[in-house]
Amino acid sequence: MKPWPLSLIALSLILATPIFVVLSSVFFPAGDIWTHLFETVLARYISNSFALMIGVSIGVLALGVLPAWLVTAYRFPGSKVFEWALLLPLAIPAYIIAYTYTGMLDVAGPLQSNLRDAFGWSYGEYWFPEIRSLGGAIAMLSLVFYPYVYLLARAAFAGQSGGVMEAARSLGCSQRSAFFRVALPLARPAIVVGLSICLMETLADYGTVQYFGISTFTTGIYRTWNGLGSTVGAAQLAALLLGFVFILVSIESWSRKQAQFFNTGSHSWPSPAVPIVGGRLFIAYLVCGVPVSLGFVVPLIQLSIWASITSDSIMTADFAGYLFNSLTLAAITSAAALILALFIAYGRRLYPTQLSSAAARVLSLGYALPGTVVAIGVLVPFAWLDNRVSAFMVARFDFNTGLLLSGTAFILVFAYLVRFLPIAMNTVDAGLTKVRPSMDEAGRSMGLGPMTILRRVHMPIMRGSLATALLLVFVDVLKELPATLLLRPFNFNTLAIRTYELANEERLADAAGPALTIVLASLIPVILLSRSLERAKDVPSVGEKPR
Amino acid sequence: MGMKKIFACVLSITVFMVGIVSAAEVNVYSARSEDLIKSALDRFSEETGIEVNLITEGADALIRRIELEGSNSPADVLLTVDAGRLFRAKEAGILASIDSSVLRERIPAAYRDPENQWFGLSLRSRVIMFDKSRVSPSEIESYEDLADPKWKGEICIRSSGNIYNQSLLASMIEHAGEEATEAWAVGLVANMARRPQGGDRDQIRAAVAGQCKLAIANTYYLAGMLNSDIAADVEVAEQIGVLWPNQGDRGAHMNVSGAGMIKTSKNPDEARQLIEFLSADYAQQWYAEVNNEYSVRTDIPVSATLQRFGEFKADSLNLEVLGRNNAAAVRLADRAGWQ
Repeated sequence: MKPWPLSLIALSLILATPIFVVLSSVFFPAGDIWTHLFETVLARYISNSFALMIGVSIGVLALGVLPAWLVTAYRFPGSKVFEWALLLPLAIPAYIIAYTYTGMLDVAGPLQSNLRDAFGWSYGEYWFPEIRSLGGAIAMLSLVFYPYVYLLARAAFAGQSGGVMEAARSLGCSQRSAFFRVALPLARPAIVVGLSICLMETLADYGTVQYFGISTFTTGIYRTWNGLGSTVGAAQLAALLLGFVFILVSIESWSRKQAQFFNTGSHSWPSPAVPIVGGRLFIAYLVCGVPVSLGFVVPLIQLSIWASITSDSIMTADFAGYLFNSLTLAAITSAAALILALFIAYGRRLYPTQLSSAAARVLSLGYALPGTVVAIGVLVPFAWLDNRVSAFMVARFDFNTGLLLSGTAFILVFAYLVRFLPIAMNTVDAGLTKVRPSMDEAGRSMGLGPMTILRRVHMPIMRGSLATALLLVFVDVLKELPATLLLRPFNFNTLAIRTYELANEERLADAAGPALTIVLASLIPVILLSRSLERAKDVPSVGEKPR
Repeated sequence: MGMKKIFACVLSITVFMVGIVSAAEVNVYSARSEDLIKSALDRFSEETGIEVNLITEGADALIRRIELEGSNSPADVLLTVDAGRLFRAKEAGILASIDSSVLRERIPAAYRDPENQWFGLSLRSRVIMFDKSRVSPSEIESYEDLADPKWKGEICIRSSGNIYNQSLLASMIEHAGEEATEAWAVGLVANMARRPQGGDRDQIRAAVAGQCKLAIANTYYLAGMLNSDIAADVEVAEQIGVLWPNQGDRGAHMNVSGAGMIKTSKNPDEARQLIEFLSADYAQQWYAEVNNEYSVRTDIPVSATLQRFGEFKADSLNLEVLGRNNAAAVRLADRAGWQ
């Protein structure tokens, strides 16, 4: 075997160890846990998780696809602002948006209290939607996850050749029917990628559903572990979850194969944007404005109000340290994830084998696992390795090396990669498949090596995708909580940890300061990304769809 | 000049490094969040010169981390916020006994491990809270009364996934047996005003908002709201009365936050000193004043806020029981449909 595919598989195996740790649990006895779960709560875990996934699918598609189409195919005052503003909810951790909306809309919140005071009602005499409900959880998760769909859909729409749209219109399609009959089917693979990212995030979410009291697979895993005291039972539940996700991932890649659309022409030009005027402008603002306002502006205002009450006690000297730690981890991890994703995706392009695509599929499972499960899956092999090395050194040199890797920032970054590499891989893959194989061939015929082709041909073409991958991982690391909590070194805090600890003590107002800082820190890469995408659009992206 | 600077730099780095190596230190794995323990630990460092290194995380994850790290684990002390987890750490075989007459004298037997592997440091009670405008304290007496059909649709309580509810169930299993406790849980579920959700403070707020008449919560949450910077929270808390349950029989359900020394500790002396410090006057008063918890000792005054809740009789059950019955409690809650 050649070195590249060999190291590809070795790398995948290393990164997949936590997943194998989880899967290996099926070989251990779990006592009568399964009988108990089956007789009592398992049906509810499954049905709630399914309902959540279906609801979030509808939610993110509704919130993400249409605005993506509007900002690429149409031109209206403010459309450039919406183009990047629609990404902003990415910066808000899911459980934080849940806390802010509960703070406002709960039965004891200001809105309902004022209604009761103003009209002299008491509880039960009026109808008000229950925020802490399955519907509420679907709304919260959709509001913060839709940008994944938006981002990928928009990139797909923007990459579509103008020629296709012109052909559609010359055959009598209006801009609207061209959307349904041409643009949407062409963008389907990208939208499905975005959707599957959202669904994996939904499955991995713990904070929101736990706070809302919705029993899902994830809360069930924690309950089995912490409540029933069964580590094995919890790991087996997680393995079952992985089974579901594997099916999901397989459907996604099957659906990508089913959707092979090619532009046959060799020229590509962007489709001209159509101006929107009059009454339709109102609809455009509604479609683009609702996701941004509900997913970003409203929670931001609530956080700011809370933070202003508590700023004195929270903005301590340590605060700069938290920010520094968060940003450093995010920068290192996103760079590492980008390099690895490029390596894996390009390797698969150079040496497309069954094995390498299977490896990539296993790797992508990490994204759907609850963070604590990943963290323990990372700790198991590292602690084992550390203890082996230590025992060897003691026996051989009478010198104890202790734990070399466990409890360092290295293991933390490793865990982040296990969790977030899938998202970088997906994005880079989507960009790479847009580059026609004939360009590789042209490069090779000129005597260029694969690395040179990657650097001089692929990377400039897929700059937008690379920037997207970088941003998504960066923001995800800023928000990451469970793996950071368990694996961090002594005396090491991040903004996410600070936010969580205060929120966990039910001190929401105190948690608002660090939460707000996460949001603001995420804004920087979001804005950088949107500018980079802006420039990337000038580069002709050749319209060949995923193979 | 340049050389001088470099020399000074190297020297200071060396001093810094040697300083770290030679200073006595103690490594703490804490399930208690940083805000609720850091300043006590800082004070310990000031008094003893012993450096404290801290990580915080949920108790179960910390116990797992210690297990996996094995004999090389840097952990010296484990702090948790409930007795059940201390028991679980003991069962996992990661704790060591501490032979300390200081700890034995200060901490009553009910609040420490019979084999001295863990020690309770601060107390909280899980009590019945009521909306003073709609409930008179004479209407209810005990946890058992919460299953009385007269409270149908009037009780707010959070999920049974929460450890404090699990501990309450575990204590009831000990007193009344599993069957009776399950029947009680079924009755409680039937009386709930809403599907369990949110945290303890949310139950208190819902009671004042009129969604229910009774809320079950830990004492320090109400105390925290009374002392809050947020006017709305204070206003809500002022409307709430505290009913101490089961004063005629076993007393109110108690739980502890506590500490144990790790078996593989490389700094056992420092670990013992730290736990003793946390049971000494300064830390005990700090727990009472800053965190609004009750001291495990009888000679430490109760904070002004807690005094408003009045005096009470505490359940004298050894808290080891809470850990022992924990899994049974969760199974029972699952069967009773307590989400």
